[in-house]
Amino acid sequence: MVEVRFLGVGAPKPKRVIRVPLGLVSYLQATPLMLILGAFLLLPILMIGTVSFWDYDFAQMYPDFVTFNYTETLGSWVTWKTYLNTLKFAFIVWAITLFVGFWVAYFLAFHVRTSAMQSVLFLVCTVPFLTSNIIRMISWIPVLGRNGLINTALVNAGIVPQPVEWLLYSDFAVVLAMVHLYTLFMVTPIFNTMMRIDRSLLEAARDAGASGWQILTNVIIPLSKPGMAIGTIFVVTLVMADFSTVQVMSGGQSASVALMMKNQMSLLQYPAAAANAVVLLALVLLMVAAILRVVDIRKEL
Amino acid sequence: MHSDKRPREFYVLAAFFALFVLFLYGPLSAILILSFQGPNGGLTFPLNGVSFHWFGNLFEQQAVGDFGGSFRRSFALGIMVMVVTVVVSLLAGLAFRRKFVGATALFYLSVASLVVPSIIISLGIGVLFSQLGLQPAWYSSGFGAHLTWTLPFGVLIMFAIFNRFSPAYEEAARDLGATSWQTFRHVVLPMIAPPLIGVGLFGFTLSYDEFARTLMTSGTYNTLPLEIYGMTTNVTTPVLYALGTVTTLFSFLVIAGTLGLIMAMNRRRGRA
Repeated sequence: MVEVRFLGVGAPKPKRVIRVPLGLVSYLQATPLMLILGAFLLLPILMIGTVSFWDYDFAQMYPDFVTFNYTETLGSWVTWKTYLNTLKFAFIVWAITLFVGFWVAYFLAFHVRTSAMQSVLFLVCTVPFLTSNIIRMISWIPVLGRNGLINTALVNAGIVPQPVEWLLYSDFAVVLAMVHLYTLFMVTPIFNTMMRIDRSLLEAARDAGASGWQILTNVIIPLSKPGMAIGTIFVVTLVMADFSTVQVMSGGQSASVALMMKNQMSLLQYPAAAANAVVLLALVLLMVAAILRVVDIRKEL
Repeated sequence: MHSDKRPREFYVLAAFFALFVLFLYGPLSAILILSFQGPNGGLTFPLNGVSFHWFGNLFEQQAVGDFGGSFRRSFALGIMVMVVTVVVSLLAGLAFRRKFVGATALFYLSVASLVVPSIIISLGIGVLFSQLGLQPAWYSSGFGAHLTWTLPFGVLIMFAIFNRFSPAYEEAARDLGATSWQTFRHVVLPMIAPPLIGVGLFGFTLSYDEFARTLMTSGTYNTLPLEIYGMTTNVTTPVLYALGTVTTLFSFLVIAGTLGLIMAMNRRRGRA
């Protein structure tokens, strides 16, 4: 469609033009984002920081300046164990998703030859991640349960005499479900950086006599590091924040920091939960800051 | 390139990829099948007859709580979040094309919005609202909580798009006498429309499935994911799977519809 307009033809309405100084435009455009993040991110975090010093009883919080929310939390052996457990989940899930994510992205980027096929296969990986996390978590129950698919198969095949108990409601189930939920957050950024690797570099390496393995370790892996870093940020922060997977998949037998917070919240111990939130937030931000030293996100987008 | 033989590495990786896809879809198909469980069937295989019993059960109030109401709320919230996410990220993306004081800070604030644990945002907004004397509700506090999750995705996607957007098209339009609004409306917007629709899809689906941030911010009425989350602890019949099947099919429909729209737009542009 081409529209042709003649100057001066049509209603000669005198248009009032509102002139905005050019320098101001950016600020106006950025204002909505600033307002929303200010009101629903900065302010709530400041509020948590404040409340973490408040006193409370079974029904209410009292503005005050007490530090026992912190000393109680950090002085308890249970808290430390919970933090260690959360870090353990984060590390295991990170290692598995990095391994799986790398090879999936590598296959898509370097072994699938047509870009149409690439898009289709990438989409196949993406679609489940746009569906409900809880449903995807629950979907493991008929697979892993005592009478689930795997156990039935194992028993019928005579491999084990009795159903294996630790498949569901265990740390194993938690890790499996987290890998299931979060791998895409690793695949996407790695795939993205791999697609931007100049293919002539690979040819040059091959011409210089590099084997496939050498190309992988000396060219592709170093150049995919930014993608791995971004994926790591996603996976680590998601696992550190997780409470539902731990709760549902461990059947209440395992703990995470966020789950501990959630329990405190359901007991209306908001200041205690807030103190935990501050510690958790500091830990997560430190981890992210450490990863950001390796990669400049603004350049990688 | 197309004629040479595939290396053995290809087949190993293809098998690995196939396993990964099976891992992604296998469990989902298990609950899809089990939702057709007969009236006396349980939560695991084998199927005890085939029926629509549990789907019918879904629409009885007492069986699963308020499925219809929570679906309507989640749908409305998803649409609200989608619209605001698209508009605000587009504006922010445009803003980031020029340098302005605080641009870096705002960018990192968006990244922070992504990495701050959901439950902390939930707690913070919940406490903030109660201290301000406001009643939390899905359309106010829940709405804001969802935006802190969808906006960073939108902003980062727009940022990436404008990073690669050549200013030559706009300069050409300006040289031909277009006003800045005309340049935006007739040149920039059509070019970024497909990814913008993608941002909309992200906004909707992320909000539609979100529950950690909704936990403390939804007020009296549950959204659908909260309803399902509640069911995981106290529902022991396949009605849970029926609900999972219905919401997953709905998500698939939304995704397929959006992709169809993007493809249609690309085709139209190819013809023009």
